[in-house]
Amino acid sequence: MFPEQPFEGLVFALALALHKWQAVFVIHFCSENVEKRSEGEINMTKTVFSLCFMCTVRCPIKVEVENGQVKWIEGNPHVPGMQGSLCPRGVAAMALVNDPERIQGPMVRTGPRGSGEWKRVSWDEALNLVASKLQEIAKTYGGRSIVWGERTNLATHVNKTFMRLLGSPNHFTHDALCKGSVNTACRSLFGYTDPEIGIDYKNTKHIVLYGRNFFEALEVRPVNFLLQAMEEGAKLTYIDPRVTVTATKAHNYFMIRPGTDLAFNYALMHVIIKEKLYDVKFVERWVKGFQELEAFIQPYTPEWAEKETGIPAARIVALARELSQQKPSVIFHFGYRGASHPNEIYFRRSILMLNALMGSIEAKGGLFFKKGPKEAGGKPARKLTEQDGLPKVTEVRFDKVGTEVFPLPDPNHGVPQMLPFAILNEDPYPIKAAIFNRFDPLLSIPDRSLTERAFEKLDFIVTIDIQWSDTAWHSDVVLPESVFLERTDCVQQANGLKPQMFLRRQAVLPRYDTLPAPIIVKRLADRLGFSRFFPYETMEDLVKWQLEGTGFTLEDFDRKGFVAYTDKEIWWDRENGLKLKTPSSKIEFVSSLLENAGYPSFPPYEPVLPPPEGRYRLMVGRCAQHTHISTQNNLYLNELVPENVIWINRREAERLGINNGDFVEVSSSCGDVCLRAYVTDLIHPEAIFMLHGFGHTARFATRSFGKGAADAVLQENKSDNVGGSPALDDTLVRVRRAYRK
Amino acid sequence: MSQYYLMQDAKRCIACRACEVVCKINKGLPKGPKPCEVVVVGPKFISGLPRAFFKFMPCFHCEKPWCIAACPTGAMQKRDDGIVYVDEALCVGCKACMSACPWGVPQWNAEKRKVAKCDYCMDRLDKGLLPACVTICVTKCLYFGKSDEIPSVRRERAARATAYFE
Repeated sequence: MFPEQPFEGLVFALALALHKWQAVFVIHFCSENVEKRSEGEINMTKTVFSLCFMCTVRCPIKVEVENGQVKWIEGNPHVPGMQGSLCPRGVAAMALVNDPERIQGPMVRTGPRGSGEWKRVSWDEALNLVASKLQEIAKTYGGRSIVWGERTNLATHVNKTFMRLLGSPNHFTHDALCKGSVNTACRSLFGYTDPEIGIDYKNTKHIVLYGRNFFEALEVRPVNFLLQAMEEGAKLTYIDPRVTVTATKAHNYFMIRPGTDLAFNYALMHVIIKEKLYDVKFVERWVKGFQELEAFIQPYTPEWAEKETGIPAARIVALARELSQQKPSVIFHFGYRGASHPNEIYFRRSILMLNALMGSIEAKGGLFFKKGPKEAGGKPARKLTEQDGLPKVTEVRFDKVGTEVFPLPDPNHGVPQMLPFAILNEDPYPIKAAIFNRFDPLLSIPDRSLTERAFEKLDFIVTIDIQWSDTAWHSDVVLPESVFLERTDCVQQANGLKPQMFLRRQAVLPRYDTLPAPIIVKRLADRLGFSRFFPYETMEDLVKWQLEGTGFTLEDFDRKGFVAYTDKEIWWDRENGLKLKTPSSKIEFVSSLLENAGYPSFPPYEPVLPPPEGRYRLMVGRCAQHTHISTQNNLYLNELVPENVIWINRREAERLGINNGDFVEVSSSCGDVCLRAYVTDLIHPEAIFMLHGFGHTARFATRSFGKGAADAVLQENKSDNVGGSPALDDTLVRVRRAYRK
Repeated sequence: MSQYYLMQDAKRCIACRACEVVCKINKGLPKGPKPCEVVVVGPKFISGLPRAFFKFMPCFHCEKPWCIAACPTGAMQKRDDGIVYVDEALCVGCKACMSACPWGVPQWNAEKRKVAKCDYCMDRLDKGLLPACVTICVTKCLYFGKSDEIPSVRRERAARATAYFE
């Protein structure tokens, strides 16, 4: 038997005392070893402060390099909430650098697309080919026929500059696939986008998470800040049809009927307004449209919501009362991924409105507006897109963002799931070439077979990536990018309560024949005659150019990996100082953004019907060991989570004759996949769940090839047309036992 | 026990497994062996709430290790500070230690055909660093220190947990 006794009683954290103890221990050890260290091979070792890029969070890291090899990575000890900590994906970067399955040099396709027949070529040959093809296509069909899609990164401004010079309006990021409607919801209420709004986890007293799987889809700093708050008594309420690690840490857990979170929120609002639990002073001062909300919310009683959500009315009432006691230090988390249903924007708006009702806007322990350098009397780093003389492109975008079809989504990011339709229907015009930078539409855009058909129609596909994504595999030219440990990157403007700048720094030389993407783009630009807008030869030149006028230099980042514009937190005055960017300068419950575009602020709730017999609502999500579709081939992460399984409720599985571990076929109107069943009580009977990111088809990535299944095969390509997100959890699927994969 | 103690505060653990990854990388291990592992028990519903126990399982570095007694070649050894480690040069891959250990600590490295196990990262300790898992731990739920310093910490915890103010 396992001896549990020694550990009992240690479970309740007294982190402070323990950290003190640990610190003493480290100091003791260090003092003993100073001499030994200084005698060591100091010339061959170096410490580099940088930013991780195993996911998009950009955790500050410290990299130890020995004889040109990465020996160790840990969280930057100078950054609160990091202090050595690093998530499994960040740690596994050490295996990424030397992975022979990376793309080792520029590749040109020699067989049919997707056949895996490639020719290794020189950079000159590859870049000449890409430049001449782009030139030819732009000449024949216009610059607009070229699309650039990327995972938003620090060099996004470089790529946007390139596209403007090509004369194309068609730069888009993956952002809208993840949270386009969150962005639009934030703008509709505050005039700010979601990245401009921060969350003060450290001081919160109660946080409500709607499927925001906080402790698995994890960010190191927020996790530590929230755990710190919870040790000081903060409550966690978690709402999700599936039990996650986050659910196991929650004080309140609601296994809600999938897709009905909006009904839950309307009932919360009903109670909060009816019982006057809201922050009257804050609402009167800052909210426009409270009366309209009050009238709208009348029919949405907790009893009504109980029928819709499956959550007892009494629990909804109790939660509303409990939350109001801690106002304004409460957080209704507006989400990280917000792309589940066609009414997504109204759900995200309801979350944000609950924050406003609690007065938890620009409040300790609530939400705050991120402050930029200007708030601290400083200047931000320059971007290439700010250069004088850079042409403006005013043509209609491929996704029609900014037209009456998609008036509201953010044109800085676009609506990527429209790409297959634009290509296939040549609507609004023919698209002939695509460049994808660390973005994998085949595995990210819903309805893979639709995207595949669209690819077939493209004359030219270029992928810039660090490894064999499915999209790289189906491209014509693959330009390998250096991994983040091998390159310096553009400046990160880290706005927040204390505006700062961080820098990703090159720690080691590239292991293979790869280049940083901004250098690849610059060399393409040189070939196309755009040199003057790319005033750099190296990444260090580019960073220096960006820093001009900020008062900071490249060397200022050496000591800690970041520079700060101020050492004091900047909070706006809640009485009179909220600099809201809406037309009314208020928090617009009745939204001029929505109404001017012809959309209502409060559309009546449309009930979510239970799926017909034998059908289930497909839900997708993340785990702590993988980032989207990009880490499944990592040696260590692949070992931890090699494939995905399908979660199905025990009762439903019994009805279908499915046992735990059986192979099952899951099918939708778009396609079908086969994977193993995980039969459990931990999921709502109307839902089934699978992890996103599996089912890779690129054979050179041998560890992830053919493992598990891709959600994109099953998901129907439909959108929240108001907000811009796809509806990734809105597909009904059938499940049946399969006898062999 | 060794003079050290590696303690996990399971309440903070989120089973992210960063500890497992960094341990393997630090020891250069291939697929398979896990000198430390977070074993998940649950989740199950306890009074209506889903609860799970995330149990960190490294080596306990026993006072009288079964593995050393079982090792026929003297590969399994104990340092003066009590750390139990395997000297790879002497390991013949007989797996006697794996059979002997009640906690399943010694792991099979199929690449080297030898045993691998937790040694509290003694290479790092000797350089004045903490074990890899403790350094990296996302939530700082792992603590490492001298065993004889533990009681005061536990006492302080117990006092806080039972404190009342009149």
